[in-house]
Amino acid sequence: MKPKLSIKGRQSMWAYIFITLPILFFICIRILPTLYAFNVSLHKWDLLSKNKPFVFLDNFKELFQDEVFWAALKNTGKYILFAVPIGLILSLGIALLLNSITKGASFYRMVVFIPYVTSVVAVSWVWRWMFMKQGGLINNILNFVGIAKQPFLDSTSQAIYVVISNVIWQALGFYTIIFLAGIKQIPQTYYEAAKIDGASSWQRFKNVTIPMLNPTIVYLTVMASIQTLQVFTQVFNITSGGQGIAGGPLNSTISVVLYIYQLAFVNYKMGYASAATVILFLIILCISLFQMKVLDKKYDY
Amino acid sequence: MRRSTKVIAYIVLAVVGFIMIFPFLWMLSTSLKTGVDIYSPSIIPKKITFNNYVRVIENSNFLLWFKNSLVVAVITTVSVLFFDTLVGYSFAKLPFKGKTPLFILILSTLMIPTEMLIIPWYMMCNSYGWLNSYWSLLFPGLTSAFGIFLMRQFFMGVPDDVLEAARIDGLNEFGIFLITAVPMVKPALSALGIFTFLGNWNAFLWPVIAVDQPNIYTLPVGLALFSGESYNQWDLVMAAASLATIPVLIVFFFFQKQIIEGIHMTGLKA
Repeated sequence: MKPKLSIKGRQSMWAYIFITLPILFFICIRILPTLYAFNVSLHKWDLLSKNKPFVFLDNFKELFQDEVFWAALKNTGKYILFAVPIGLILSLGIALLLNSITKGASFYRMVVFIPYVTSVVAVSWVWRWMFMKQGGLINNILNFVGIAKQPFLDSTSQAIYVVISNVIWQALGFYTIIFLAGIKQIPQTYYEAAKIDGASSWQRFKNVTIPMLNPTIVYLTVMASIQTLQVFTQVFNITSGGQGIAGGPLNSTISVVLYIYQLAFVNYKMGYASAATVILFLIILCISLFQMKVLDKKYDY
Repeated sequence: MRRSTKVIAYIVLAVVGFIMIFPFLWMLSTSLKTGVDIYSPSIIPKKITFNNYVRVIENSNFLLWFKNSLVVAVITTVSVLFFDTLVGYSFAKLPFKGKTPLFILILSTLMIPTEMLIIPWYMMCNSYGWLNSYWSLLFPGLTSAFGIFLMRQFFMGVPDDVLEAARIDGLNEFGIFLITAVPMVKPALSALGIFTFLGNWNAFLWPVIAVDQPNIYTLPVGLALFSGESYNQWDLVMAAASLATIPVLIVFFFFQKQIIEGIHMTGLKA
């Protein structure tokens, strides 16, 4: 007779059956490749050459002297600095408006959300078409109201803002829904109490809504920053030149991820590109740790 | 609230709604125009033509890309739903040794950006000869750490008594999981399913690296490269963009309630 397992024993047997494949997946497809990337970043690893010598931190030293990498870092900072605050403020405003109306709220909610679910590649090309210097809609409108034609995507100073406008437009709906969920959780009694105390609507916004939304704001800021840090598809599609090499005029829109893509899959400098991914990883790690620290704080009101 | 403020709220929201919708209308408008009419600022085409759509379908593998995207998105979604519910359930409801370290191991992978993995994945695919195959597009998305976290949260809300009752009724552990526990987390399943599908349907970074032959492109990759090649033929590019967008919009209209409530519920994108 087979020895019978206890209920607990049986349960843990099933648990191991359930989790084995996925755990192997995470080890083989996520963790080992990450360690591998660290390893590659320490080598001069060109895909086509036979020798891949260990160079320790040389790739990192070279990166910090690489003008394009600095441009990519600076641009990525710009993407975050503009897209995140503007996107969050606009979406908070929209969420408050949506919360204040009764009729048609769910319809508007849906409309605001549409750009978020549609293909980034498709809307990037729509953007590109609307912002064409010659014959684009925006220049036609500017022309109509008597403003001179703008170069937009042909300009080293304007192109990045065209991309930023697309990033904001696409993310707005998501932020709005999250804000709306946060606003709905604020107990009405707080507002009533503030009203009795004679607080104006601005004071109620400043002293009730904002502090109560604090966890939502922190969460969205961190999430939006990490997402914008990884901006790639929009830059690739809105500002690519010939042969699919993107980055805008004089690398004025190139982002860190786009540069990584070019290093690895246009120039096949795998070691150098991996070093750049390690830097990206460290930045994301810092933001995540910051989030954990801030969100761990208890919010007492 | 006062009437006048309400009117202002509706006006502002109408403007916002217009800005959100207009690019799609402009895309459709251009795609239906012909010749020099595409440069006219009028949103109503002088003469409506579907010729651009016909040309896109005839001159590219558009329908094939559509099918490829569908295959990849459906398989990854089914796989994520299957594995993530199993694993989420195990971590929420089953006792076993090493539970906490294993859970931390899975969660820690959330911090690894895809950008860091694409180079090792590419070398792996290169040496195993996986490039330009469905498998190369599929394998990174077969399970998701976020989904496991989400399902665990929801399974924790299932009362132990209910599972115990099923155990007394003689169900084995897999039966308890499938027949008793899973139906109780249906809303989470549909949210996870929708986000996994959308995420894989729209994925760009890895697919554009994993495949470089037109017959295996996914829709976003095909659309990007087709648009690059048809540069300045905006009627064609917009027809292709419309073809890629409209099916998603139709699905969205049907599922918008679940999608938006899914975000409310999860507060995260998978």
